[in-house]
Amino acid sequence: MHLIDLSVNMLGSTPIVGNIVPVATGVAFATWLDGRDEITVVYLGDGATEEGAFTESINFAALKALPIVYVVENNFFSVYSPLSVRQPLARDVIGIAASHGIAGARGDGNDVEGVHRLAAIAATHARSGAGPYVLELETYRWREHCGPAYDNELGYRSVAEFESWRARDPIAAMERRLIRAGALDTKGRESLASECAAEVDDAFAFALASPFPTGQSFGDVYSTVTAGR
Amino acid sequence: MSREISYGAAIREATDQLMSESDRVYVIGLGSTDPKSIFGTTTGLQAKYGPKRVLDMPTSENAMTGICIGTALMGMRPIMVHQRIDFLLLALDQIVNNAAKWYSMFNGQQSVPLVIRAIVGRGWGQGPQHSQNLQALFAHVPGLKVVTPAVPADAKGMLIAAAHDNDPVLFIEHRWLHNTFGPVPEEMYETPLGTANVVREGRDVSIVATSFMVIEAVRAAQALARDGIEAEVVDVRSIRPLDVDGIIASVRKTGRLVACDAAWKTLGFAGEIVALAAELALEDLRARPIRVTLPDWHTAASPVAAEMYYPTAATIANEVAALFGKPQRSAQEWNLVRNAPADQPDLSFIGPF
Repeated sequence: MHLIDLSVNMLGSTPIVGNIVPVATGVAFATWLDGRDEITVVYLGDGATEEGAFTESINFAALKALPIVYVVENNFFSVYSPLSVRQPLARDVIGIAASHGIAGARGDGNDVEGVHRLAAIAATHARSGAGPYVLELETYRWREHCGPAYDNELGYRSVAEFESWRARDPIAAMERRLIRAGALDTKGRESLASECAAEVDDAFAFALASPFPTGQSFGDVYSTVTAGR
Repeated sequence: MSREISYGAAIREATDQLMSESDRVYVIGLGSTDPKSIFGTTTGLQAKYGPKRVLDMPTSENAMTGICIGTALMGMRPIMVHQRIDFLLLALDQIVNNAAKWYSMFNGQQSVPLVIRAIVGRGWGQGPQHSQNLQALFAHVPGLKVVTPAVPADAKGMLIAAAHDNDPVLFIEHRWLHNTFGPVPEEMYETPLGTANVVREGRDVSIVATSFMVIEAVRAAQALARDGIEAEVVDVRSIRPLDVDGIIASVRKTGRLVACDAAWKTLGFAGEIVALAAELALEDLRARPIRVTLPDWHTAASPVAAEMYYPTAATIANEVAALFGKPQRSAQEWNLVRNAPADQPDLSFIGPF
């Protein structure tokens, strides 16, 4: 829900996805105000593009030609609600960007190399001073909206649709491609997989070993302590 | 003799000094660079500090608030300004979900040093969507600070304190205060947030007031003094954080409480003061506490409606008189007649709004 890692300039994520879009635009605005040579990348979804905050943000980003890339991960659902109940068929987020004079592109979000190519184009565009860029990447959510389980039994989507997307698993596809190209063998694959598993295990161990918050830290809602209460 | 300037000029001077003190401070708001410059409070600042320090903006209150938050996370000190507080409703998501929570939600790793100046209108045809006082909505939310200075010296000192504070502060200005005058020190100083101010001492009743109602309360106290009733007037100044100790000390001293607020009654700030008095000073109360507030109606758009809508110094004086078993009087009898229509702060006020 509230992930942050300032050590890698990851400034935060919020569960009202649309409301991070203005904040990220503000981060880009700060670099613009200071004339700094940095770009901002913000990740959102198809649902967030329906919020006014998205349109308000890209309007301002275009107005100031801010160095920002909006990455729309379109997974076709907002919680359980499919695109068909939320957006007219003709709606086109790249077109919405274009109507603000913003460049953009659409791509397959499950194609690792393809995403890398498009991201490079978007980042180069933002770095060049040409203003914002909108990237829409189609992908799919395998598990439930909130939690680690599968939830196809709820019936909001068909098993066939789910299976068709699972067959397009980007990691498995990348693995096949690397093996075909001779860049990865079974041993290399296994060592990569165990490295990743160890990182996840470490995170769990760290979480389990960490203390629970105290009432005092939980109630600490102000950074600057003042008089009064 | 100390120098007297207007409340609006005090805000302008505070902003100027803040911008001169740190190049991290910038001002953004619809109209902040237009000929009227937010009722004169940003006049000349763009010419002095440049187009990247004072900016007009699109009418996108929600995204623009988020954008200010983003710059604050990057170390800037935005002062955002809205000519009417009503427009903050369009930015509630950013204010309540992001600005208020960022510091705790991310375990104190970053804070949001954002000042939002919001002006509460009154009269001049402003009506239900341009003259509400929505302070309680915001002051209800942990993580926000909300101040309502009533006099020019506090307007300057609290704006400086708010801009120096690392948390989001909503700085509420009542439109009828902009053209009031008072002594204001020329140097830079802070009026600490969370401190109330006893603007008039008295032994008989505590009138605890916010914003423009402080002006009315002082006039009422002067009229009551002619009747031998000495009212103490406490200017709350900061509704969150709230100077509970200071307010309760006054209530304990006088044993009588009239909570005067420039906003609605139900679930409002005056009720909070009464609740605190009941919790903390019940044994000292010698009379039932009283709330003087706006009625729970939409704000008035015409002079006739304004006459019915806004409580005045005479309203306060009559409430206090009733506590002492004295008769009710007209504004004329109290010698509290204003020399302007009920929807105009004074006859010199000619808008624009």
